[in-house]
Amino acid sequence: MAHGPAKGITRWLYTTNHKDIGSMYLWFSFAMFFLGGIFALVIRAELFQPGLQIVEPNFFNQMTTMHGLVMVFGAVMPAFVGLANWMIPMQIGAPDMALPRMNNWSFWILPFAFAMLSSTLFMDGGAPNFGWTFYAPLSTTYAPPSVTFFIFAIHIMGASSIMGAINIIATIVNMRAPGMTYMKMPLFVWTWLITAFLLIAVMPVLAGVVTMMLMDIHFGTSFFDAAGGGDPVLFQHVFWFFGHPEVYIMILPAFGIVSAIIPTFARKPLFGYASMVYATAAIAFLSFVVWAHHMFTVGLPIAGELFFMWATMLIAVPTGVKVFNWVATMFKGAMTFETPMLFSIAFVILFTIGGFSGLMLAIAPADFQYHDTYFVVAHFHYVLVPGAIFSITAGVYYWLPKWCGNMYNETMGKLHFWLAFIGLNVTFFPMHFSGLAGMPRRIPDYNMMFADWNMISSVGAFLFGAAQVLFLYNVIATIIGGKKATDEVWENPEGLEWTVPSPAPYHTFETPPEYK
Amino acid sequence: MSGGTYYVPEQSKLPIFASFGLFLTVFGAANWMNGNSSGPWLFFAGGLTFAAVLWNWFSIVISENMAGLNSPQLKRSYVIGMGWFIFSEVMFFAAFFGALFYIRALALPWLAGEGDGVDNALLWPGFANEWPLMTTPDMAANGENAIQKGPEAAMSWPGFGGLFSWLPFWNTVVLLTSSVTVHFAHTAIKNNNRKQFNIMLGVTVLLGFIFLFLQAEEYIHAYHELGLTLQSGIYGTTFFMLTGFHGAHVTMGTIMLLVMWLRSVLKGHFKPDDNFGFEAASWYWHFVDVVWVGLFFVVYVFG
Repeated sequence: MAHGPAKGITRWLYTTNHKDIGSMYLWFSFAMFFLGGIFALVIRAELFQPGLQIVEPNFFNQMTTMHGLVMVFGAVMPAFVGLANWMIPMQIGAPDMALPRMNNWSFWILPFAFAMLSSTLFMDGGAPNFGWTFYAPLSTTYAPPSVTFFIFAIHIMGASSIMGAINIIATIVNMRAPGMTYMKMPLFVWTWLITAFLLIAVMPVLAGVVTMMLMDIHFGTSFFDAAGGGDPVLFQHVFWFFGHPEVYIMILPAFGIVSAIIPTFARKPLFGYASMVYATAAIAFLSFVVWAHHMFTVGLPIAGELFFMWATMLIAVPTGVKVFNWVATMFKGAMTFETPMLFSIAFVILFTIGGFSGLMLAIAPADFQYHDTYFVVAHFHYVLVPGAIFSITAGVYYWLPKWCGNMYNETMGKLHFWLAFIGLNVTFFPMHFSGLAGMPRRIPDYNMMFADWNMISSVGAFLFGAAQVLFLYNVIATIIGGKKATDEVWENPEGLEWTVPSPAPYHTFETPPEYK
Repeated sequence: MSGGTYYVPEQSKLPIFASFGLFLTVFGAANWMNGNSSGPWLFFAGGLTFAAVLWNWFSIVISENMAGLNSPQLKRSYVIGMGWFIFSEVMFFAAFFGALFYIRALALPWLAGEGDGVDNALLWPGFANEWPLMTTPDMAANGENAIQKGPEAAMSWPGFGGLFSWLPFWNTVVLLTSSVTVHFAHTAIKNNNRKQFNIMLGVTVLLGFIFLFLQAEEYIHAYHELGLTLQSGIYGTTFFMLTGFHGAHVTMGTIMLLVMWLRSVLKGHFKPDDNFGFEAASWYWHFVDVVWVGLFFVVYVFG
């Protein structure tokens, strides 16, 4: 085995190294984060004032659709896969991922898929404009021609996700260092094992539902057409059978990251390790039986409304266990507040706010009021931005010194945190109020009564966007320079990744270490 | 979790070319479907690229194994990978089975006015729930002017009297037999009985081709004599999508097993204790067989 990376562009094109592939995933995700962020800023710019100022309504719809698709499939998911690539082999003491060539294949599908998806913006009829949930018949009978490209982009990025997930499961099951039993694995590894299972279970269902769309559009089937005996509501059932586990795919690895960071900076072992594992598994199981809570207003039978309401509320129990454990870990700890810890504490607090608004939405009769309003937008942005995005950011600050051997600038990191923290709350907290007052989502114009809250949201969005430019600056500045990081980086952090030098050599653990 | 060094391959051009081939295939398909004349060319160029990459990829993996690079631990990675890949295929079929169950158990009764929802009689007056669905809601409401028309005849269970002249029955016999023969082939290679292995695997491949031939006959019969097409309302939709995706998987499985047979006959590949290439293909074959049993009951016998 060669010991250094190859030179030039072929290093990245042909690589089989988990660290290279992890870096590519992370940079790709970062690029998509900015692309999706620009789409979001177009939305917020239009909504700064009531009336139609900047964009056409059809283009506005393309922006909401593409923002959601790019952020979910292009930013959040690849970021977690990138962290998995970097950290799982190093945390379990493996020389690389189990199937290194397939690993690189999983990555390189993504730039092609997103190039194809983004190119729809320049096609006749414009990009997909039916929302990221692409409900039929908006996405079939009334869709622009570019929907076909959207469908195939989903197909191949799904193939990428499935292969990535298979690789992660094979790595965790087969490549752990001697002595690392399942119940000694770091929680990031555990949460990713369960996430990978969710991915393999539901990405094929997503492939199935877009295939049904494709057949309805081009081959005259009637899956979602009542005239032929089909049902548009069938689309929603199949989509959300994928969609709800997908939500947890975007949050379980976040739980793992936060569970690594909080003990380090509280200087206490994680409280309730085993209960964290069981809670994660319970959340994953429940994610398969709650999908119709997205559909309370489509006309479900009362038994369905009740079942999905109660099942959804059950999720609060294992989630509550997790939040309790994080708080108990910090309780009486010798806490310090470096940037990763700040992001993690914000995660615990703000994700809990998102969880509570989720509980409100879970109450079926109340949901009739909230459905398709900005309250829903506020809810899922509170779980995704301070949930997924903050945890990824925390993970990057936490492990970046290990990756590149340099410490980031703490002052700049904290500045990034506070700008992002203030920006996100200014953006999304008012949406609770505009939503409860009745402002519908995905509409470019609105009643005068919502004007104040929207103006505040838009200001916050641009602040949040600016904060992320600072993040980019911090990452680049750390890679090219900065104080040298020690091998341990932090004070007595737990885990095998801290036993290798900083920066981590190109190949680590070529012979498996003995885990205590 | 055994010790020893795990073989991490050198740099490889395979993944980037595989990605490019896959992209070109779907990009071509999308252009084709949208009526762009370059579509078919892109599609076939992409498909060929992708097939060529897979050919190379598998031959490299095989030669690595024969060169002794694959430790028992690495082999386990392939076994785990194949197992989870089949699970992903199970979930793909689950989406289509689930759609069928939803349509039959909930959507059609509701369309016919059952339940406490909206009264669909306003939208589709005169529609009655039945399965197979011969009279679509469109036909019930609009008669001759309907666009979404049902089939003229269905593929349903003919009763025990007509069993032996019923093609799906013979398809079931063929596919179940092939699952047994591929199992015998596996036993044969484990006992180092090359001749028996080649015969049994050859018979399996033959049965695969017979199944595909019969399935093609059935489709021709459906299109030309039963007026049953992909466009025949939700019955035609679910019938052809479920059996069609199954048929596509049988085609893949037959090609996989044929390649394994050629590897054994021409090159003498596979050893009693090292035959996972074949075993993976046989797992896949058992999987398509199980899907067929599900289809046989849900789509045909109770369909």
